[in-house]
Amino acid sequence: MTVTEEATQTLVGTSAPRKEDARLLTGQGSFVDDITIPGMVWMAVVRSPYAHARIRGVDLTKARAAEGVVAAFSGSELADDWMAPLPMAWPVTEDINNPSHYALAADKARYAGDGVAVVVAASRGLAQDAAELVEVDYEPLPAVTDVEAALADGAPIVHDEFGTNRCYTWPLAGGEDVDALFAEAEVTVEERYRQQRLIPNPMEPRGVIASTVPATGEVTLYTSSQIPHIARVTLALGTGVPESKLRVIAPDVGGGFGSKLQVYPEEALAIVLARRTGLPVKWIEERTENALATHHGRDMIQEIALAATAEGKITAVRVRLTVSMGAYLMIITPGTPLLGAWVYGGAYDIKGYSFECSGVFTNQTPTDAYRGAGRPEATYAIERAVDALARKLDKDPVELRRLNLISEFPHDLASGLTVDSGDYHATLDRALEMLDYDGFRREQAERRERGDTKQLGVGFSTYLEMCGLAPSRILGALRYVAGGWEAATIRFLPTGTVQVLTGTTPHGQSHDTTFAQVVADRLGVGYDEIEVLHGDTSVVPLGMDTYGSRSLAIGIAALCSATDKIVAKAQRIAAHGLEVAEADLQYEAGTFRVRGTDRTMTVKEAAFAAWHAHDLPDGLEPALEETAVYDPSVFSWPGGTHIAVVEVDAETGVANLVRYVAVDDVGTVINPQIVDGQVHGGITQGVAQALYEEAVYDENGTLVTGSLVDYLVPSAAELPSYELDRTVTQSPNHPLGAKGVGETGTIAATPAVVNAVLDALAPYGVTDIDMPASPERVWRAIQEARS
Amino acid sequence: MRQIALTVNGERHEADVEPRELLVYFLRERLGLTGTHVGCDTSSCGACTVLLDGESVNSCTLLAVQADGGDVTTIEGLAGHGQLHPVQQAFHEQHALQCGYCTPGFVMATVSLLKEQPEPTEAEIRKALEGNLCRCTGYVNIVKAVQQSAAAV
Amino acid sequence: MIPAPFDYERAGSVDEAIELLGSREEAKLLAGGHSLLPLMKLRFSRPSLLVDIGRVDELSGVSDAGDRLAIGAGTRHHDLNNDPLVQEHCPIVSWTAGLIGDPQVRHRGTIGGSIAHGDPASDLPAVLVALDAELVIRGPDGERTMPAVDFCSGVFDVALGPQDVLTEVRVPKLGPDVGWSYLKLARRAQDWAMVAVAALVTRSNGMIGEARIALTNMGPVPMRAPAAEQRLAGAPRDAGSDTEYALSEAAAVADQGTDPPGDVTASPEFRRELARVVTKRALEEALSR
Repeated sequence: MTVTEEATQTLVGTSAPRKEDARLLTGQGSFVDDITIPGMVWMAVVRSPYAHARIRGVDLTKARAAEGVVAAFSGSELADDWMAPLPMAWPVTEDINNPSHYALAADKARYAGDGVAVVVAASRGLAQDAAELVEVDYEPLPAVTDVEAALADGAPIVHDEFGTNRCYTWPLAGGEDVDALFAEAEVTVEERYRQQRLIPNPMEPRGVIASTVPATGEVTLYTSSQIPHIARVTLALGTGVPESKLRVIAPDVGGGFGSKLQVYPEEALAIVLARRTGLPVKWIEERTENALATHHGRDMIQEIALAATAEGKITAVRVRLTVSMGAYLMIITPGTPLLGAWVYGGAYDIKGYSFECSGVFTNQTPTDAYRGAGRPEATYAIERAVDALARKLDKDPVELRRLNLISEFPHDLASGLTVDSGDYHATLDRALEMLDYDGFRREQAERRERGDTKQLGVGFSTYLEMCGLAPSRILGALRYVAGGWEAATIRFLPTGTVQVLTGTTPHGQSHDTTFAQVVADRLGVGYDEIEVLHGDTSVVPLGMDTYGSRSLAIGIAALCSATDKIVAKAQRIAAHGLEVAEADLQYEAGTFRVRGTDRTMTVKEAAFAAWHAHDLPDGLEPALEETAVYDPSVFSWPGGTHIAVVEVDAETGVANLVRYVAVDDVGTVINPQIVDGQVHGGITQGVAQALYEEAVYDENGTLVTGSLVDYLVPSAAELPSYELDRTVTQSPNHPLGAKGVGETGTIAATPAVVNAVLDALAPYGVTDIDMPASPERVWRAIQEARS
Repeated sequence: MRQIALTVNGERHEADVEPRELLVYFLRERLGLTGTHVGCDTSSCGACTVLLDGESVNSCTLLAVQADGGDVTTIEGLAGHGQLHPVQQAFHEQHALQCGYCTPGFVMATVSLLKEQPEPTEAEIRKALEGNLCRCTGYVNIVKAVQQSAAAV
Repeated sequence: MIPAPFDYERAGSVDEAIELLGSREEAKLLAGGHSLLPLMKLRFSRPSLLVDIGRVDELSGVSDAGDRLAIGAGTRHHDLNNDPLVQEHCPIVSWTAGLIGDPQVRHRGTIGGSIAHGDPASDLPAVLVALDAELVIRGPDGERTMPAVDFCSGVFDVALGPQDVLTEVRVPKLGPDVGWSYLKLARRAQDWAMVAVAALVTRSNGMIGEARIALTNMGPVPMRAPAAEQRLAGAPRDAGSDTEYALSEAAAVADQGTDPPGDVTASPEFRRELARVVTKRALEEALSR
């Protein structure tokens, strides 16, 4: 085999076996609860059972006297421990109402689950025992758990100081005049949808251990988090621990889906209690606690109107959102719905766009990012509205989509951003072929004809997604306080193995594998010789962590820059060693060759030369280690077509997903198996919103779906295997041509499924249904349409 | 305190336990076998699945005292050091795990299933995994891994 | 979560369990633990003493008792599901046992524990009511038997005194002339029934001789559907339009006399509708086998 042939053998594009698996499959993972520190004590948080209550007093006498108790505090007793409230990093408007939010409530509890006191004891069980002995004197107050009720006159006010539950109103408009487009429209549809509140439920609940060195004031925080770097900055500000003395470690993290993109009260409390007691303090969230204390997602009323020609060409989209913030603003609570603000026009070529979002306080767990964050909501609204338009025009939903899909790129969205690349028609064509659309319609017609109890429906979602968060300048313009860049370091060790440091923080996404694939290809190092390090602020000091499908879109772009820097430096060393000019060297995957000769030096050899430094070019620093920081100039724009087929039992109302076809375009694929896995999981969360999951509160503000018994995360038994394919339209703005993939499934799936349910119910005259499309909702929809 | 004796992954252990100590915490905190995870409080998610006398059970819904005299297998005991059991191998090859938190439970549930039903259909696999929740994979590759395991075991 | 502290004793026999139950206020029996332990972990239940009957041999297993099967109360759902005697003579019981919870739950949970918990959403109680099963209970004053239909008196309320142990469940052997069905509607496979219907139909000379229908989660206790049963007696059974008519007539009154609960999964009104729909389907299935 010649050098050139070797060089063209690439790992990118292959399903390289996952590096993560050996540990995780054999019980050798290290999740927070797996970590024990000598002398460790346990924290338990006392939570308000009331959605809204004045705290008249907290009596800790019995708790402090209980077996094994080390300390116990009320919210007011810890008031002086905070240097700043918990972080809210996205004040979306200048006049936003932003309440102070501390780790424990001192005056009022504002949602069921709001922490009001904390105990520290010798064991998990003793901490729970002592927490039960804390006596809190509550004065229950009327609560509000519905966004529209919260804005009504006389509604209970969540934060008295504002005199209103309105948090902010944020507008966006672009393209041609929307009012004029609606005035001249031949057809309009106006729809109103409810995005139910969801509980993210990663399989690993949260967990924290804070450990101090009292002599120096150093603090190490282990936390089940997607954002150790952002947590370090904000927890340093909140607790007064100097950032230079605070080390945050996210070890193995058992899923996040946005719910661990957060800085939580328990992280701050553990630091403060470790500092107060001098002991390592551990807290592990219970699942039922997770339902209350970990942020929720979605929860909004969507009003969307389309203006169109008689033929069905959509000209304008107008959107108004009313969104529950819950009781407090957490790290990006107000901004989360705005992540969808640019894409309520979907993958369609429209002329005018207007959008307005109002955030509203309610007596509920705060909302924040949940997989897709803003974009699933947007896709749901536009995809359902397009179907509504198709119904009104009596057109096939596929034909209507074909008429409107964006077909030329780059494309300037009416909302103001530019989609760099895509081929939406190609994904639609392929998906229809996989489905056998004509065959499906025939079978559907036969069932309708014979009045079958079990009706079939098909639903489409031709989506685009805006991800890869995010260009720092745009974030700044949107008043987000941090940047959107990412960092990567490549370090050659003298023996030729390589450490890759990424500032992104995986929690299931397979960074160890895919980052190694890229480095192996670009530097000609063996896949097994590469270790990818992440999630520890002392090991990887620079980073912005993982959310918004950014690790590939930005983290790997940074990684590619770092490999370029490595190659550049190694090339100087190789030219020096081979005694030729740099321009005489040809580089291919790890090897420099003097053009036209068989004289070569590998990057590894250059790395060894850089380490011993006996003979380096003048002025060149020893060691082969390079860091690159990459700030994207644009967002990443995946897109595709998802098709759901459901069978609805018209008598019982049971809707089952029977087929699911997904054709995505995520540009270059690094690892097909891993990309498929991301899509599978994403689809499942989208299907779950459509058919199963809902956080339900009763009239008192009590969460009645607070465990996995009532909150219906679907199992394998409820779902089919999905049929996947891809088209590849490379991104011109990514060094590998790749686009984000972590959220596509969730963004696309929900409207496809609900559109399918409505298609199945079309013979009964049903045109609307709320999510989840439960048996009772389906049954009622049929009854109402009949009457 | 009650004295119990049980075999875990082939090794006999004797211990004094509080009656309220759950088997899962006995395994994790006494024996350091942290591969068995806790995912819920209500016996709903299966993350804590281990084999008790060869059958899948939720170790979070079992007192350590109830397992007295029993033979427990955890994910750590499925194969020898450095080896993968065919079910583990199939999960690896089929990319049936992402974050890995639910994985030990799924692997143990699969081992138990294949013992009772060596050649399950896809529908039977899906039904048999009704007590295990995964939030990452959408189950597609887990089902494939169980099919591969069935062929291999 | 960790249960509140309690004491624990393992009983070697039913009599020992009865004695231990009498030794303490708030003592409770522990069998498979799959109803009790989750409640204890959430600290909704705080017994002072658990009396573990998980190893009492006399409580487990199925035996042939002439025209009946005697099922030990400690028999696990998994074993019931796979028991050849039950599969042969009372398949509705083995089938239903396979629908409870999930495999992990079925490997621990027992028929006695499931019945004694008194949860109206449990599957086996309605089946036992449809079968006219008999329960054997032993207490400090000796043994008594009781029809399954009289056992539950309200939600989580059953006819067991503080020292009583449910020891055996006696179910009739079903002859070849009896068709059966247990149809369960749940949101997810592992969930409790929204509504479920047990149906037993005796075929006699081209007619339906007797129909016994019992409903799960249609009231505080499992209950028969007498109005529906009455409409079926003597109806034709040969899948023709007359049969169809009789089944529809019967199903239409299946919810008469029920008092269904409302919860997140279904309102009382919807449960009534489901009871009617599922009864029809259960009867069709029962007539087909």
